Amino acid sequence: MALLEIHRLRYAWPGQAPCLNLVDLGVAAGEPVFLHGPSGSGKSTLLNLLAGVLLPQAGGVSALDTPLATLSAAARDRFRVDHMGLVFQQFNLIPYLPVLDNVLLPCRFSPRRRARALESAADLAGAAARLLEHLDLAPDLWRRPASALSVGQQQRVAAARALIGRPEIVIADEPTSALDVERQAAFLDLLLAECAAAGAALVFVSHDRRLAARFPRVLALGEINRAEAA
Amino acid sequence: MNLLHLMPLAARSAWNRRATLALTVLAIALSVCLLLGVERLRQGVKEGFTQSVSGADLVVGARGSPLQLMLYAVFHLGEATHNLGWPSVQALSAHPAVAWAIPLSLGDSHRGYPVLGTSQAYFDHFRHGDRQALRLAKGRAFRDGPDDLFSAVLGAEVAEALGYRLGDRLTLSHGSGEPGLAEHADKPFTVAGILARTGTPVDRAVHISLQGLEAIHLDWQGGAPIPGVSIPAQFARKFDLTPKSVTAVILGLESRAAVFSVQRYVNGYRDEPLMAVLPGVALAQLWEVVGVGEQALLAVSGLVVAVGLAGLVAVVLAGLNERRRELAILRSVGAGPLDILWLLTLEGLGLTLAGAALGVILLTGLGLAAGPWIAAHYGIVLAVAVPTAGEATLLGSVVAVGLLASLLPGWRAYRLSLADGLTPRI
Ligand SMILES: Nc1ncnc2c1ncn2[C@@H]1O[C@H](COP(=O)(O)OP(=O)(O)OP(=O)(O)O)[C@@H](O)[C@H]1O
Ligand SMILES: [Mg+2]
Repeated sequence: MALLEIHRLRYAWPGQAPCLNLVDLGVAAGEPVFLHGPSGSGKSTLLNLLAGVLLPQAGGVSALDTPLATLSAAARDRFRVDHMGLVFQQFNLIPYLPVLDNVLLPCRFSPRRRARALESAADLAGAAARLLEHLDLAPDLWRRPASALSVGQQQRVAAARALIGRPEIVIADEPTSALDVERQAAFLDLLLAECAAAGAALVFVSHDRRLAARFPRVLALGEINRAEAA
Repeated sequence: MNLLHLMPLAARSAWNRRATLALTVLAIALSVCLLLGVERLRQGVKEGFTQSVSGADLVVGARGSPLQLMLYAVFHLGEATHNLGWPSVQALSAHPAVAWAIPLSLGDSHRGYPVLGTSQAYFDHFRHGDRQALRLAKGRAFRDGPDDLFSAVLGAEVAEALGYRLGDRLTLSHGSGEPGLAEHADKPFTVAGILARTGTPVDRAVHISLQGLEAIHLDWQGGAPIPGVSIPAQFARKFDLTPKSVTAVILGLESRAAVFSVQRYVNGYRDEPLMAVLPGVALAQLWEVVGVGEQALLAVSGLVVAVGLAGLVAVVLAGLNERRRELAILRSVGAGPLDILWLLTLEGLGLTLAGAALGVILLTGLGLAAGPWIAAHYGIVLAVAVPTAGEATLLGSVVAVGLLASLLPGWRAYRLSLADGLTPRI
């Protein structure tokens, strides 16, 4: 049984030609998937659909056996924070909040994430500290405002936030494209290791195919998307 | 429910932009300060006006227009066409319900300022504002009777504008002071006292005794000197100086409860047609006529508040673009578009509240600093107190309008976060 399922999904931005018309797909629990495609091919659009921010015109996305389209908008917002961690290309953090508070944001909004974070640590700060240590962030950075960090450090903080409270699904939209090659590799290692440790399915999107080698499963959007031909 | 988590974030976010927001809050505070200040001045001026006479129960004059009676009895404006006879004054004073009576006689002037003939009772019983008695800044009041005929007590403004000091001499003119009218030059008065400022028409009056007023008119008849007759000042006291009539009488009663029965007694007075007016009611009516400008003033300061709030909306809206990323992050950690709407709206509301509170504090500070000075110079009492019901309504409407206006950036943020999803486009 797949954790994340895409079924006959069709999506078009209002007033535009169909953007996505996908074959059926499933991502298993704990499975890392690499999704690549050229710029403008609809990768970010797909991630917004997976996260339930956008709803498809036909077909749908199910996560943890819940069809997202059956949830109300507010329930989808809840569901997202309860079960998904998200990392973006850059500017992931709220600049005026200290690193630790940024990491703990999902726990503020989701009692479930909070409870799960507390399973592995005595308190929330401890849970965040464990992740930040694993992601190689020195403790003297934790109380600094996020804006005082380098881009690579910020991406690692974002990864810690996506992972806190062990969400079942981690979605990353080009999280390494702002990093240099060495940092990219290191970040990817950390992210993969943490997702494996947490048992989270990872959907990793990038137009940079060199990163694909690290993933057991690689999908090209052009191959799974039938709308491209139109 | 998410809102609870959003509030501290909103506060920190606002703190992060404090420099810009502080200016906005200051703008709102100043406009609120102006609005409340105008309202307070308005109330103060109105109270000052309607309490030009306080502590008096009735004003009595010859039957006619009540408003006109107030105009000349209280404001010394215009000329009384009919007087009431001295026997009536005596009868009124003797009425068992009447505690005191102040006779007032008008008609002469000194360099444009009205001359008020009255009695010592004026200095003992006249009250203004919050039942304040008249206070002599310098000198003494005149005495009734023939010994102190040519003493004058000046209102503060008369003394200041004309530069009079105790012991100075002044001559009165007959009538309201048009040039060419005859002067009572043969009987000059001496400044015996100068009253402290009241902020009422008292400041503009020259007070003399009824006997003094009688004395300067001994050799007059029908508004002109009797040709060939001249009675020197030193002989004046040999004559009977009991006035024949006065313009009005201010009455204080033993008990307020008797006010309507005394009013009925006066209105039905048999010897001559008289009229008794409740000064508070008549002054309030008069204010309806005079106080039109105050509404316009309030409207203008309302506009200033609108400008302040428009500035607030502009600032929050302008900051929105830089915050799209922040809003997308909040959405990725569970905030819904409606939460985003409220986040922005609450920010606007918070700023409005902060501005309103600061405005009240500013005004209170101003009131404490400048209040005594304003009260001394203009007789307007600016209450330094918790906002009155009227002010609370104004404050409430400012906050309500602020909330409504803040819905605009809230709505825009809502639309943006729906359109942006998790990946804002810049
Ligand atoms: N908010 C939007 N409104 C309208 N059209 C959009 C919107 N977002 C994306 N699109 C359109 O959808 C298509 C796919 O965009 P998308 O952002 O998904 O591409 P992408 O594969 O993520 O590209 P990149 O690799 O550059 O990030 C583009 O043609 C784009 O113009
Ligand atoms: Mg993209």
